Amino acid sequence: MSIAVETVAPMLSLEQRKRARNVGFSLILLALISAFFFSGRPGDAGFKLVDSFTLVLPSQPFARVLAVLLGALGAVQLYRGFGKWTNVVLAISTGAFVVGFLAWATSGGSFNLTGMLQDTVTRSVPITLGAIAGILCERSGVINIAIEGQLLGGAFAGSVIGSLYGPWAGVLGAMAMGVALSALLAVFAIRFRVDQVIVGFAINFFSLGLTSFLSQRVLTPHPEYNIVKPFTPYAIPLLSDIPVLGVALFTQTYFVYVSVIAVVLSTWFLYRTRWGLRTRAIGEYPQAAGTLGVDVIRLRYRNVWIAGAIAGLGGAWWPIGTVGRFDQNITSGRGFIALAAVIFGRWHPVGALTAALVFGLAEAIQLKMSNLDTGIPSEFLLMAPYIVTLIVVAGFVGRSRAPKAAGQVYEASK
Amino acid sequence: MKRLFNSLGERLNKINSLKLTLLAVLSALLVGAFIIVVSDVDNLKTGNIGGAFSTVGSAYWALVVGSFGSLRAISNTINSATPLILCGVSVAIAFKAGLFNIGATGQMLAGGITALWVGFAMDGPGLIQVPLAVIAGAVGGAIFGAIPGILKARTGAHEVITTIMLNNMAAFFILWLLKTNLFQREDRTDPISKLVSVHGRLPRLFGFLDGRSDLVAHIGFIVAILAVVVYWWFLKKTTTGFEFRAYGLNADAATYAGMHVKRLTVLSMMFAGGFAGLAGAAEVLGTYGYASANFAGNIGFDAIAIALLGQSTPLGTFVAAVLFGALQAGGRQMQTNSDVPIDLIVVLRALIVMFIAAPLLIKTIWRTKNAQVTSGQTFRGWGS
Repeated sequence: MSIAVETVAPMLSLEQRKRARNVGFSLILLALISAFFFSGRPGDAGFKLVDSFTLVLPSQPFARVLAVLLGALGAVQLYRGFGKWTNVVLAISTGAFVVGFLAWATSGGSFNLTGMLQDTVTRSVPITLGAIAGILCERSGVINIAIEGQLLGGAFAGSVIGSLYGPWAGVLGAMAMGVALSALLAVFAIRFRVDQVIVGFAINFFSLGLTSFLSQRVLTPHPEYNIVKPFTPYAIPLLSDIPVLGVALFTQTYFVYVSVIAVVLSTWFLYRTRWGLRTRAIGEYPQAAGTLGVDVIRLRYRNVWIAGAIAGLGGAWWPIGTVGRFDQNITSGRGFIALAAVIFGRWHPVGALTAALVFGLAEAIQLKMSNLDTGIPSEFLLMAPYIVTLIVVAGFVGRSRAPKAAGQVYEASK
Repeated sequence: MKRLFNSLGERLNKINSLKLTLLAVLSALLVGAFIIVVSDVDNLKTGNIGGAFSTVGSAYWALVVGSFGSLRAISNTINSATPLILCGVSVAIAFKAGLFNIGATGQMLAGGITALWVGFAMDGPGLIQVPLAVIAGAVGGAIFGAIPGILKARTGAHEVITTIMLNNMAAFFILWLLKTNLFQREDRTDPISKLVSVHGRLPRLFGFLDGRSDLVAHIGFIVAILAVVVYWWFLKKTTTGFEFRAYGLNADAATYAGMHVKRLTVLSMMFAGGFAGLAGAAEVLGTYGYASANFAGNIGFDAIAIALLGQSTPLGTFVAAVLFGALQAGGRQMQTNSDVPIDLIVVLRALIVMFIAAPLLIKTIWRTKNAQVTSGQTFRGWGS
């Protein structure tokens, strides 16, 4: 019986069918935009890939080809569906569409594509690390709204300690600050059983207020506490010689490499170790795990601390990975973007990394867009990534399933 | 007899929670004092501990004087509290239905810009224009607020993501709008809107006092108080309000009881947007008389803390907002009088929220007896 079921096409729920249809329509929509909008500007778009080579795309023909391809994919999706390949098709199509957009925006000019990719990866770092912090907490049943505060605290500590004792000490200091702030979260949420959303938000305010206060009261009159030597990009031997990818992926500061390692390790730990199994268990059904002898409270404490260290590291990215100093509210809401990445990535580190890259790309495009004259107001271009996120979340991600016990107070049964 | 005892117990509980609140504020001020002293690097380096402590005194004194010390201070407090009350109600009403409205900022922008349009496009009479502009603000905010509600009801997209995205979108949209011919002030190149016409401004609260142009508080405060009353009436006296609370307490139960939870989701976000829109209207029509790109500031986020602090009840939200407004007004005075930056206010607010949310902690620190220990969840979490 079970064999027979598996051989026929799997039954799709109404929601899945609706989603598949949405994907089809979206592809058609992208095709239409390429056909009627992106083909509107004659001229060649130069994408500088390496110093010696610039890829020249004729904007109009490229947009038309793209339109036909996207339209075809959309038709196939509506007619037959790509099944388990749907997400891959969608990702590739979206990528192609972004290239189409860039070709339209740069037509008649030139554009450093490799630089943009490098920027994308760089800027995704704090979002990735913040999101992993969020995932670790929420997988063990503690909602972490305080990512923003932990990033900000990390940035502050990283800058001050980095200025006094060098960048490596700064990284450690940032992580310690992250741990301190997450310990606050842990104590209030676990020991004092405070509503986790309340304490999370309070920590955000606390961190924002304290760092702004200290930066104005201490750092402004003493600029010597706020000048840290940032890490320079480290080119990984051999790998960094690969054209385009070498620059984009393998000529980066340590932060990028560490964040990739963090994604790999956290995935490994969550899904392949006993610790991970227990973590997921206490995030879903802590009473059951507790009955089986898992020390729920202690595991939660430990995970929240680790998460804090990771978020603090993400915060150190600002002073030590980029600008070399701290400014008030330097994170400017990236912690909330990371929170969105947690949900967007469905509480999985790899999903969060993907979401973080999307947001990183958006930021990188925003940076580059100011140099290009596209004729449409820059505000609309700046709005684009948020619209895309909205559409993706509403159209494709839909109802996401969070760890069941996230936000609930755990009390060991008496 | 039994009833008497019950009501006595209730009263004791209320006194108890008042005591807890006072202790929480006191604790926050103590931690704040510690932060002021520790951050006084120059005085500490020279060993001038007394100097560091006297800074605390003058800072806190300025906080009191600047918030309630004079008619002007009270007017400033009222003025700061007005948008906070309205946005606080916005966040609170969503919490009541189990939803997390991070989008008050965007809704405020949407409402403010709609009110602004009525404000400069019309030219009196004030008796018609002002109410019209205020209502337009509420409608603008409500429409914008309904978007995440509809998205959630139809697709399940989580309101935390959608409202954050909509905040950013609204900010850029306003930035663009303020540079269009329709909105931009004629002689300006930066994103500054035209002025609201004289008849369109919200009348000042203390307008009857001649020659006191420094009393900036406007009747937006009355609107805010009315909003709190409406919120209370809605929660306690209407069927939909009851459904909101039921849905917020237990979504499954509400569904099984036959409530239209999708309708409730859309409605609650719409109401939330309406209240935040009123806040935008109050700021634009009352406080500023025009709109700049960031007239919403951080109010939408402060409102979250306010709703949490007031436990989303009408009175609690109101009191919390007035407290935050007083801190805001006093903080400006503090920054002028002593060299303590106004950001200390943000720290104090956070500490107050934290301490009030943790009665168990206050109980431990101050060794008070039989404090009630609440634990629970503000909103429905991430799922469904």
